[in-house]
Amino acid sequence: MEFAFTDDQQTITQAARDMLVETCTPAALRKMLEKHEALNAARWTNITEMGLPGMLAPEEAGGLGLGLPDFIGIAEAAGYVGLPEPLVELAGVIVPLLGGLEDHHGWLAHAAAGRIVTIGHPANPLVADADIAEALLLGHGHEIHLVERNAVTFLRHESVDPFRRLFSVEWTPSAATHAGNGWGLTAERGALMAAAQMIGLGQRCIDLAVAYAKDRQQFGKPIGSYQAVKHLLATAQVKLEFARPVVHAAAAELPLGTLAARARVAHAKIAAGEAADLAARTAVQVFGAMGMTWEVDVHFFLKRALALKFAWGTPEMHRATILDRLTALPGGPAASFATDLLGSAHGSPIQGPF
Amino acid sequence: MKLEFTAEQRAFRAEVRAWMEANIPTGPLPSFDLTREGFEAHRLWERKLNGGRWGMVTWPEVLGGRGLDLIRWLIFEEEYYRAGAPVRVNQNGIFLLGPTMMEFGTDEQKAHFLPRMAAGDDIWAQAWSEPGAGSDLAGVRATATRDGDHYVLKGQKIWSSRAVFADWAFGLFRAPGSERHKGMVLVLFPLDAPGVTRRPIARMDGKLVFAEIFLDDVRVPVANRLGDEGQGWHVCMATAGFERGLLLRSPARYQVAARKLIALYKANKAHLPASMGERVAQNWMDAEAYALAIYAMCSRLNAGGTIGPESSTNKIFWSEMDIALTQTGLDILGPNAELLTEAPATGDADWLEDYIFALSGPIYAGSNEIQRNIIAERMLGLPRG
Repeated sequence: MEFAFTDDQQTITQAARDMLVETCTPAALRKMLEKHEALNAARWTNITEMGLPGMLAPEEAGGLGLGLPDFIGIAEAAGYVGLPEPLVELAGVIVPLLGGLEDHHGWLAHAAAGRIVTIGHPANPLVADADIAEALLLGHGHEIHLVERNAVTFLRHESVDPFRRLFSVEWTPSAATHAGNGWGLTAERGALMAAAQMIGLGQRCIDLAVAYAKDRQQFGKPIGSYQAVKHLLATAQVKLEFARPVVHAAAAELPLGTLAARARVAHAKIAAGEAADLAARTAVQVFGAMGMTWEVDVHFFLKRALALKFAWGTPEMHRATILDRLTALPGGPAASFATDLLGSAHGSPIQGPF
Repeated sequence: MKLEFTAEQRAFRAEVRAWMEANIPTGPLPSFDLTREGFEAHRLWERKLNGGRWGMVTWPEVLGGRGLDLIRWLIFEEEYYRAGAPVRVNQNGIFLLGPTMMEFGTDEQKAHFLPRMAAGDDIWAQAWSEPGAGSDLAGVRATATRDGDHYVLKGQKIWSSRAVFADWAFGLFRAPGSERHKGMVLVLFPLDAPGVTRRPIARMDGKLVFAEIFLDDVRVPVANRLGDEGQGWHVCMATAGFERGLLLRSPARYQVAARKLIALYKANKAHLPASMGERVAQNWMDAEAYALAIYAMCSRLNAGGTIGPESSTNKIFWSEMDIALTQTGLDILGPNAELLTEAPATGDADWLEDYIFALSGPIYAGSNEIQRNIIAERMLGLPRG
């Protein structure tokens, strides 16, 4: 039992985080909007040269052969900067899905190398980034089809978050596009990736508000010296502190795929969503009227958090998973970690439906 | 990162479980906050634990402990709470004073006090707060006046948990004329020493859960000072870190409470709205989140890390979780929530008693308002007011 990141994990995460924080500033985001850029080519080159899209791909497909705990901190960092590029879903959701398909037409190696593949999963009504993707993973009943972009027509639906480019797609399944059956743990991976980003988004909102509260003066003092403001921010930080370890545990436990593991992912998504939501609302409050404006940067992070809260399963759907877990599996100490609940030798469930 | 117990850790769990099953009292012990008899019954349990070397599992073996790391401490605590073993009457000694004494005590103090603490020979109370010094602890006025190789203690302490029946107290005093954080000393004194008067304070439910302590020229040897002269504040803050941050409230306590809440909900489900199930689920999630945060913290401490301001985030979280959890229990009981019950059967919770106790959580061990200041200033870097 060791619930900590290794030195290697911390080093990789820090390097990626430094690059993202340096290049993906709010000023850079504003510039992208002015130029109507969907992605920043220089940053995407950086991201692919660091091998980030292929972190979870096997080495024979050109990947790094790593696991979710290796990537989870990078997903957090992507949230922290409000990253417009589709790194998190590509590396954390699509590459593992491609790796499990019987026939991925070579796209596993392409995606690992940073060529953009996107996904239309039943949990989400729309497909993100269809315009910049080279291929799409789309569902047809239980079948998964891998369709190149030129075989798809798509229609943009505007999101409140201008960096979330969402599309409805029309396409025709065929034997040639059929790539496999069953989504496996794709929805759980999507939920976990959203949760990790929301941790980063929440922390960014608090950090922005803290910087402002140190600077902004009222009644002759920085507003951050007043307890009323301090306590708002401390409360938001506490909520984040008790969502983050759930996200990290979910990254370690998800591959087990058991009900306990899926419930941990559900908990992570709920907790991170609520923490990001509180942090964003707190930031708006601390910034005062300025918090409502386009000029202040908080909205970039608030909007992303708002969108991700409902992506890959709503909180209500995830709560239903928690209730399933409480019905079927024992609770309490020694029945917490998913590895404790493998097999029947670890205590009988509390009897009766929840 | 490896969220799986090793074979050795699982064997350790089995060993604790077997001992607990063979040794825990068959029924609940009488409260240690009402009668001397109940207090002494809990002292006997401490002796029994110590006899099995289960009293202080993280302490070094020479002191009767097992020298275990913090992951095994968590496993021990999980099995302790899972078994429904009695509340530790000496918790202020073993969890707060003990670790502080190991860090700041002299060899003589450790050799004398720690084995007696472990054996339940001395049950300890904390004597820090005063009528005029609560959150502003640096405002204590009780004095320790040096007189040769003795201190003469004078003043008034309050809100000392279990001090009605306890044997010893560790108190915060100051040199006459000193101010604020300077000139403080932490002094150990027997609660039956000449000049000590204890006045029980009844909680809202009538239990004598704490006492006022009046010190009227109480003489104790200078050898009873813990840490250096003038270092009392520093020593106290080290204790407070353990108290809020980790040892006082291990996660198993809340995981067991959540488990009991689930059972209560299932037993009453027929006449409850579905929204109650969601509240129970939220309480369970909070208990799990706390456990995960503590596992992460213990992993970090095992690797040589230290406790920082996260002791304040922990304290806020467990105290608020405890209220939410017990409140759900009362809400499920509905019109029966107000009814006083005899001691509940083993495995059940006394939700009313637990709720009333939980109300004190945001106050003791440093009020949550002060903890929020600490988070804002030391974690977020906001300016002092």
